[in-house]
Amino acid sequence: MTSSDPARNTASAFDAIVIGGGHNGLTAATLLAQNGRKVVVLETAAAVGGATRGYDIHPGYRSAGLAHIVNRLDPDVAKLLTLDVRTSPGALLPTVALSPDGKHAVLRGAYGETIDGISPDEAKAFAAMRKKLMFQAGILKRFLKRRPPEIGKIRLNDLGAIAGAGLSLITKGREEGRDFLRMLLMNVADVADEYLSDDRLKGLVAFDATLGIHLGPRSPTSLLGLYYRLTGETNDKSATQYVPRGGMGALAPAFEKAATAAGVTIRTGMSVARIIADRGTATGVILASGVQVTAPIIVSAIHPQATFLKLCDSGELDTGFVRAVSNIRSKGNVAKLDLALDRPPAFTGVSPADHRGRLVIARSIAHVENAFNPAKYGEFSPDPVMEITLPSLADPALAPSDGATLSALVEFAPYDLKGGWESGKPAFQKIIIDTLERYAPGLSSSIVASHLLTPVDMETQYSLPGGHWHHGELQADQLLVNRPVNASAGYTTPLAGLYLASAGSHPGGGISGLPGLLAARHILSGGRA
Amino acid sequence: MMLEMNTRRALQSHIATPRFETPFHPRIATLSETNDWYAWAGYKAPHSVFDEELEYFAIRSTAALFDISPMVKYRIAGPDAERYLNRLTVRNVAKLGTGRVHYTAWCDDHGHVLDDGTLFRLSADTFRLCCQERHLPWLLDSAIGFDVEIEEETMQIAGLALQGPTSFAVLSKAGFDGIERLKPFQLAEFAHQSGAVTISRTGFTGDLGYELFVSAEAALSLWDRLWTAGQLHGIRAIGYAALNRARIEAGFIVANADFMTAETTLRADRARMPDEIGLDWLVDTEKVNFNGRKAILEARRNQTLKHVLVGLEIEGNIPADGAIVYHRKSREAGLVSAAIWSPLAKRNIAIASLTRPYGTRLTEDLWVEIYALRELQYQKMMKRARIVPRPFIKLDRRAATPPGLF
Repeated sequence: MTSSDPARNTASAFDAIVIGGGHNGLTAATLLAQNGRKVVVLETAAAVGGATRGYDIHPGYRSAGLAHIVNRLDPDVAKLLTLDVRTSPGALLPTVALSPDGKHAVLRGAYGETIDGISPDEAKAFAAMRKKLMFQAGILKRFLKRRPPEIGKIRLNDLGAIAGAGLSLITKGREEGRDFLRMLLMNVADVADEYLSDDRLKGLVAFDATLGIHLGPRSPTSLLGLYYRLTGETNDKSATQYVPRGGMGALAPAFEKAATAAGVTIRTGMSVARIIADRGTATGVILASGVQVTAPIIVSAIHPQATFLKLCDSGELDTGFVRAVSNIRSKGNVAKLDLALDRPPAFTGVSPADHRGRLVIARSIAHVENAFNPAKYGEFSPDPVMEITLPSLADPALAPSDGATLSALVEFAPYDLKGGWESGKPAFQKIIIDTLERYAPGLSSSIVASHLLTPVDMETQYSLPGGHWHHGELQADQLLVNRPVNASAGYTTPLAGLYLASAGSHPGGGISGLPGLLAARHILSGGRA
Repeated sequence: MMLEMNTRRALQSHIATPRFETPFHPRIATLSETNDWYAWAGYKAPHSVFDEELEYFAIRSTAALFDISPMVKYRIAGPDAERYLNRLTVRNVAKLGTGRVHYTAWCDDHGHVLDDGTLFRLSADTFRLCCQERHLPWLLDSAIGFDVEIEEETMQIAGLALQGPTSFAVLSKAGFDGIERLKPFQLAEFAHQSGAVTISRTGFTGDLGYELFVSAEAALSLWDRLWTAGQLHGIRAIGYAALNRARIEAGFIVANADFMTAETTLRADRARMPDEIGLDWLVDTEKVNFNGRKAILEARRNQTLKHVLVGLEIEGNIPADGAIVYHRKSREAGLVSAAIWSPLAKRNIAIASLTRPYGTRLTEDLWVEIYALRELQYQKMMKRARIVPRPFIKLDRRAATPPGLF
């Protein structure tokens, strides 16, 4: 298939078709191509990059995409793609837990190795909690970078991982093992209350645990979200965060460059309409244009519900499977606000250097919980919580020389808003900007343009069902052997030749590249890894 | 077609009434001498009407009228109905012509049988599915991605089985012109009062017989029409006990009696694949994908099938119902799920589930242990059993067209 003559050489021109040119699709494609496979990536949008694909906010102003910070780009993925996205030493970004009184707590290093602005006692308490959670996250991490075990077909290397996890628990003593089992499914609020007394820190961990997940900090199992966050590794260090040199906008081209260098054919503006399958085997795809492309391997790096419910003929899948896929919970509740500003904003009490970090508005556990409550009933938070970055500080090209951009991920903004987002959007946007104004006085008067993406907008603009960036809730029942559903955990599907490689598969979402990496490894191993 | 949960609940209003009476109940209640009722799928149904023994002989010698209204019935219609049913069931629906009926089964994703039943093709894209268990949620979820409407019509449609050598004569006498042309597994519509009755040449007895489906309002008038016409042809109302004997002779299996349906089992090892309950012949692996196809093929390939259903002939004349089957009188090999002394075959017959390799590789030296309770004392017998083909009886009159006018 070539763009000039798409109908020609359709038959077996490729060894593998990758549906979706998001970072996971590109990762999978690159690894397959590096191992001698002839690979084509089919992307609906005009450019690859998925959630890292940028958009214009206003003439002269640009947003780098849905993701505004890197906190789990896997080192192996970075190495594989020879991504030049490492920051210069010492550029791990701080997190500023904003306080309305301007006296903020600033977490430095890897998730608060040191913290400014808190009492010595609180520092000790946070260090103890951090140590405990990092240790426990480390145990879970053993399972995140490998294919989930198949229940009923546990292999030797699965046993290795399980034994390793057990061993690391035992060597720490019985107390640690007991604590791990006690805490694993707890809610983050109870854990934070157990260790901390400072509301800013409690609010921060409550926010981090629930960002992008439909849970409040007091919902059972909400601690899992924080564990997931702490397992994120960048630059060979867990729980860190940074913005790559050249800004987040450098990510998508880096992934694309790596794929192209490996020999991957990338076709943008090509929408897959159908996955062709017959009696249990997928053999190719039909594009929206009607052109048929065949290949023995099809890797779907888009949302699992889009893969199975939109692209597959449900007759080729069994009822129980379709039922399970239909029941995947995947309704986003985070909105993304991009502001074009005529001057850099100044958050009261935040040092100029710390403006490059991540600023979090979550005053307390109650603040996060109260922000979540309305979302249960289809309403947005009247007093939302959010994390803020200033992307133009890392990438000046995003704004004119005097100007700046601000990016905020705001919770909670339920996908199914009662009354619809058309009327809800202006109201919610006003609330967000009023909130920002309280922390950065004068900000509203510097706004040149604003751009709010609700989950519904994300769904349409990023082909993201439910507007959920994890491609399905990251909760206990949709993890590991049940991600996205049991019968297609581990990247295989009921259809031979069709594989999954999106955030909807293990280990989950975020800019990690791991689903793509692990899927490609599984394919290349002939089903053994 | 995807319905909201509360709508689904509304469609299953039968749940609210624990015991229904069928549209034929007034007639059967009048005839009932034994007052012997049992519960069939939420309905009050006769276990016997006047004499179990004589009711059985009505099936084999004259004509027996059996109320099948409690049978669960679904109407499946729409442009995708054939494609939908081909995915739902194991048999090839493309081969089922309009006006024809076939016996089929359907499985879950694991290839475990959810139920068996009969599929009626009423028109090119209208079907009726009859079965033992309720399946609306499964049927609706199976409809995701198909242009098809599914409606439960168990309450709206009354059903009668008219079985036995004189059943054709009764229908002729009742004025169903053209009934003589109906071949086995064929159906046709006939006028009844201002409406219609669908008559198929089907049944559960292995005998000449018909099944009649009519709207519930017309049920009693249909009953009367048959009853009047059958007076000189020995028509009798019968209960399940008699029918059960006939169906065992015919070698038919009953869901949740001879096998457990996948959705009703509580224990993981009780569900059965078609090949484990003698339904392998239904499974068309060449047709388009269907629920459980992959699992069934895998089980066949990996030889992980654990059970097999067989017909047994047992020495003596004591029915071996519920007996344990042994190999060499010592190793447990399976269980008898249905057994009778067959008056027609003059043999002691049984349907049994054996654990492979018994019944497949090891087919000799099988025994059943029968406990006969004789005045508060068990008499224990070890009787030799031989695997024999089903059906246990074969009647030429079942398939003759036109049928004999007995």
